[in-house]
Amino acid sequence: MDFLNAVVALSNFVLIPGIAYGSQLALGALGVTLIYGILRFSNFAHGDTMAFGTMVTILFTWWFQSMGISAGPLPTALLALPFGILATMGLLVGTDRVVFRFYRQQKAKPVVFVMVSLGVMFMMNGLVRFVIGPGDQRFEDGERFIIKARAFKEMTGLDEGLAIKTSQGITVVTAIVVVAVLFWFLNRTRTGKSMRAYSDNEDLALLSGINPERVVMITWLIVAALATIAGTLYGLDKSFKPFTYFQLLLPIFAAAIVGGLGSPLGAIAGGFVIAMSEVMITYAWKKVAGYLLPESLEPDGLVQLLSTDYKFAVSFAILIVVLLFKPTGIFKGKAV
Amino acid sequence: MKKLLTATAVVALTAGSAFAGGHATEVKLGVLLGFTGPIESLAPAMGSGAELAMAEVTESGKLLDAAKVTPLRADTGCIDNGLATANGEKLLADGANGIIGGDCSGVTGAILQNVAIPNGMVMISPSATSPGLSTMDDNGLFFRTAPSDAREGQVMAEILKDRGIDSIALTYTNNDYGKGLADAIQSSFEAVGGEVTIVTAHEDGKGDYSAEVAALASAGGDILVVAGYLDQGGLGIIQGALDTGAFDTFGLPGGMIGDSLPANVGSDLDGSFGQIAGSDSEGAEIYAKMAADAGFDGTSAYSPESYDAAALFLLAMQAAGSMDPAEYGAKIMDVANAPGEPINPGELGKALDILAAGGEIDYQGATGVELIGPGESAGSYREIEVKDGKNATVSFR
Repeated sequence: MDFLNAVVALSNFVLIPGIAYGSQLALGALGVTLIYGILRFSNFAHGDTMAFGTMVTILFTWWFQSMGISAGPLPTALLALPFGILATMGLLVGTDRVVFRFYRQQKAKPVVFVMVSLGVMFMMNGLVRFVIGPGDQRFEDGERFIIKARAFKEMTGLDEGLAIKTSQGITVVTAIVVVAVLFWFLNRTRTGKSMRAYSDNEDLALLSGINPERVVMITWLIVAALATIAGTLYGLDKSFKPFTYFQLLLPIFAAAIVGGLGSPLGAIAGGFVIAMSEVMITYAWKKVAGYLLPESLEPDGLVQLLSTDYKFAVSFAILIVVLLFKPTGIFKGKAV
Repeated sequence: MKKLLTATAVVALTAGSAFAGGHATEVKLGVLLGFTGPIESLAPAMGSGAELAMAEVTESGKLLDAAKVTPLRADTGCIDNGLATANGEKLLADGANGIIGGDCSGVTGAILQNVAIPNGMVMISPSATSPGLSTMDDNGLFFRTAPSDAREGQVMAEILKDRGIDSIALTYTNNDYGKGLADAIQSSFEAVGGEVTIVTAHEDGKGDYSAEVAALASAGGDILVVAGYLDQGGLGIIQGALDTGAFDTFGLPGGMIGDSLPANVGSDLDGSFGQIAGSDSEGAEIYAKMAADAGFDGTSAYSPESYDAAALFLLAMQAAGSMDPAEYGAKIMDVANAPGEPINPGELGKALDILAAGGEIDYQGATGVELIGPGESAGSYREIEVKDGKNATVSFR
């Protein structure tokens, strides 16, 4: 019984939130890593692209809600998601046409692209705040929980509750589906293969007749879909606030770099490494230890490795260690 | 270079004469509050409160030589020292005769140190509550109509004890306000025999608080006290703690009291309780009515304090017969405290008459103002309990 309690407490407070947060980071990092792999620059506008996609999704959600359309127990936002993706695709392809294509034709250095993306970031930042405002927006509806903590306690008779939010369930399922589709696309389809070829060796790809503009456009389209899905899932799970999305950029980049920039597999691994380390290293193990250890050994203190103040330091410490000993990241991406 | 010097001299001269020319007819009060940032949902009602007092005085036509009082709004961002200081400078450049603000404790300290003290400008903050501000060497330029958090810590400890709570987990927003308040709550609660299982900080503006909630849940405690902001991390922590079933009841200090919290969290928040500066004085009711007539919510946190801050400025100017900070600053304590005729909100015209005739007043205002020590409110508190999704006042302390 005590062992079960310990497992449940750990799942409730560490594993489930960690996995959900990790999936969101992984989807975000996939977008960053694809752009780095194919367009060869770090896109700082990614956080705000997520914010834009989520904003459009929210606007459509509100419209659907006002017309009485709902997805039953699932959040209405899932119905609105395709429209958000379409709008974001339009925005990103448009930005590429107006801004990035010019620098591509100039054969600008990657650092110039990074600065340009910084500018694009501020523009999107302003655009989102202009349309929906800087405040918190909640757009979650439908059933909030798959299992409620209290109901779980009554059902099992354990002392510890286990809560799984609908948004957490949807996040993990969606992340798995999206990643599966993306890998199928990159490895099995002609277009996917041409994208990988372009990423591996631009000149060779050009020689073998791959149209670079088409590869670039398809990359932006995929990134738009990834960013909107990641942003909407994050917003469903927590809440939507433009500033929070801007701040998400840091853990997302940490995830992409730890996994290896340019490597899709690495982005996913990186997302989970960063999310889990933030939650686990700052977790106070007192409760779990109290269940597992005999009474005489029970700890008096909190058994906390680091105070939660340091949770961001943790992800950056991991980032530095990885860069020092394995500059290409866990999955051998490109050197930064 | 010569041209530049001449130009500067000309500008300085015209600025000087403009100031002198406007002297008899216009008083400008800066309203330097966090219209954006963590308490952006409170700031509008605070600003309106201050402007209500100014409009009342302008209408009475009794201040100095029938002076018109103009508010100058500016933003502190609540946590943005750079922005707050720059806007403080801007208010001085625009000719403000006094500054109502800042709002959050950190920026208030920054404005005081970098703008008010060097320029000899008087500031009255309606909402900065950090105990650190009591001991700051302010040359008598800083006052506040809100009490220090040291007092709020005592009140919260009393409430917890009265409700039979023996142990609490405590989290605070990682800034001057949060840290000061958390220290005050911890020491006061431990002094009355309570146990604090964990004290941990949280950062505002982050989306994910599962790590903080996990640590707090593991430490345990009867309730979770969240010394944060209702628009920011405080909300995220409460949501996370409810979702995981870690805590059912929350202790809510001043920064967490506002209509948006029960509205955002929903019925799960019922039964949580807290306290916020406020009194059962007659003035509070009068003020709420005046605010309702003016079209805003006068019971919103720190709105009455803002009205009082503006009123104190104008009454002190009348008492000193001057709008020079160096002259009216010393009068603020006089008009706020006994002896004299008690003054409620809406009676500013009467107070101005008494002062003009050389009489004394004891300004009560919307919060029963009583300034003590280094010019801060003595502090009475409303005990709040969330009932049916609304903040209800259960008693006064």
